[in-house]
Amino acid sequence: MAPEKELVQLIGFWGSPYVLSVRWALKLKGIEYEYHEENLLKKSPLLLQYNPVYKKVPVLLHNGKPLVESLMIIQYIDETWKQNPLQPQDPYERAKTLFWAKFAHEKCIAPMVSSFFKIGEEQEKCVKEACEHLRTLESALEEGKRFFGGETIGFVDIAAAWMGCWARIIEEILSVKLIDEEKMPRLIAWFSNVVEVPALKECMPPTQNLLEHNIKFRKFLVAAAERLQSVPLTGN
Amino acid sequence: MASEDVKLLGGWPSPYVMRPRIALNIKSVNYEFLEEKFGSKSDLLLKSNPVYKKIPVLIHGEKPICESLIIVEYVDEVWNSGHTILPSDPYDRAVARFWATYIDDKWFPGIRAISRADGEEAKKKAVEEVIAGLVLLEDAFIKCSKGKSFFGGDKIGYLDIALGCFLGWLRVTEKLGNFALLDESKTPNLFKWAEKFSSDDAVKDIMPQTDKLMEFAKVLMAKSKAS
Repeated sequence: MAPEKELVQLIGFWGSPYVLSVRWALKLKGIEYEYHEENLLKKSPLLLQYNPVYKKVPVLLHNGKPLVESLMIIQYIDETWKQNPLQPQDPYERAKTLFWAKFAHEKCIAPMVSSFFKIGEEQEKCVKEACEHLRTLESALEEGKRFFGGETIGFVDIAAAWMGCWARIIEEILSVKLIDEEKMPRLIAWFSNVVEVPALKECMPPTQNLLEHNIKFRKFLVAAAERLQSVPLTGN
Repeated sequence: MASEDVKLLGGWPSPYVMRPRIALNIKSVNYEFLEEKFGSKSDLLLKSNPVYKKIPVLIHGEKPICESLIIVEYVDEVWNSGHTILPSDPYDRAVARFWATYIDDKWFPGIRAISRADGEEAKKKAVEEVIAGLVLLEDAFIKCSKGKSFFGGDKIGYLDIALGCFLGWLRVTEKLGNFALLDESKTPNLFKWAEKFSSDDAVKDIMPQTDKLMEFAKVLMAKSKAS
């Protein structure tokens, strides 16, 4: 514990993987924090005050000062609390870590998530894009290494390895294929190596709950799109 | 470390390429600027940035570093001469990174949206969004600068570089559309800052001249209409 009084609060949503990655960082650093569950259908004045630009979770408050955007929050946590470093010391290795975390978020996760909000051709396009970039991420993983950077869990692992679980949920709900068992063996092993770490497994919301929640969410999205178009949508 | 070979793959019109150039200038690092030919990608570029195949790429010794803001952080960490580019306080660093990402993800795409807007109504909306973004950045400037000349304080810092590199393209957009985006009445601090930034020693020789950039923009627009 730091000598002076430290107040760490996390505003989140139980089903958000971005919130999960921040919880993972806090857990690995052994940081105690207060958690505030947010109702995303009725955002609290607190959330709107602390994240006026994006109005999203997660928001970390450190002694009252807000931090937003999961990757930046994790970087902040790593730079502020020095125990169990998540990023490499060497500047070149750190640059590579940031590069791959950003790539995973922008090129793999973003189209995956987008596909969930789309239908038909647009959805197919997002799925195709995600698969293409997942194959690139596969090639960035080194054979035989337990985690992205080696044998110790690090920044890219907690920033992105949760995508395996969410990809499976999207696959089931949309009836699409994102993770190719033949072409992505290292990714599959990596996903499992990270989420099986006991400290991280503890924080994972139950898959069944995530599935049920996202099935409802998908129905809501499709209904909203149908109302806009005034025609029933085919497909998932 | 300082005696190792430093190369930067880039192109003069690219605001993203300007970022590491400013950082290297601040640190007084000698580097070889390898200008990519517009419309084609060199073997060196494809080899050093196989994932994105984009400029800028910094090649330090044998090591390629990609993505402009990542390169700026790398330069700041590796070369200790010159002032520090990123704030030393982790919270201030997080704030600077937040706004830099906002600029890349939301604000600059807004500038491009102006030229792509179809019709007067759409153009007007696109312009309003860019100005609204500048108002947010004006507020960020007041908080970050704490009364000094730059986001970084007395000297140019990370957020100055992140935003300032787009000034050339901002001015081109203003001239082509015949409207003001950076408005002295709406964002007086940013207006003043833009002048100071552009004339800073680390920036002035590499900020592209507006007229030259405008010619380039016209070539780009003609090419995209043709394709």
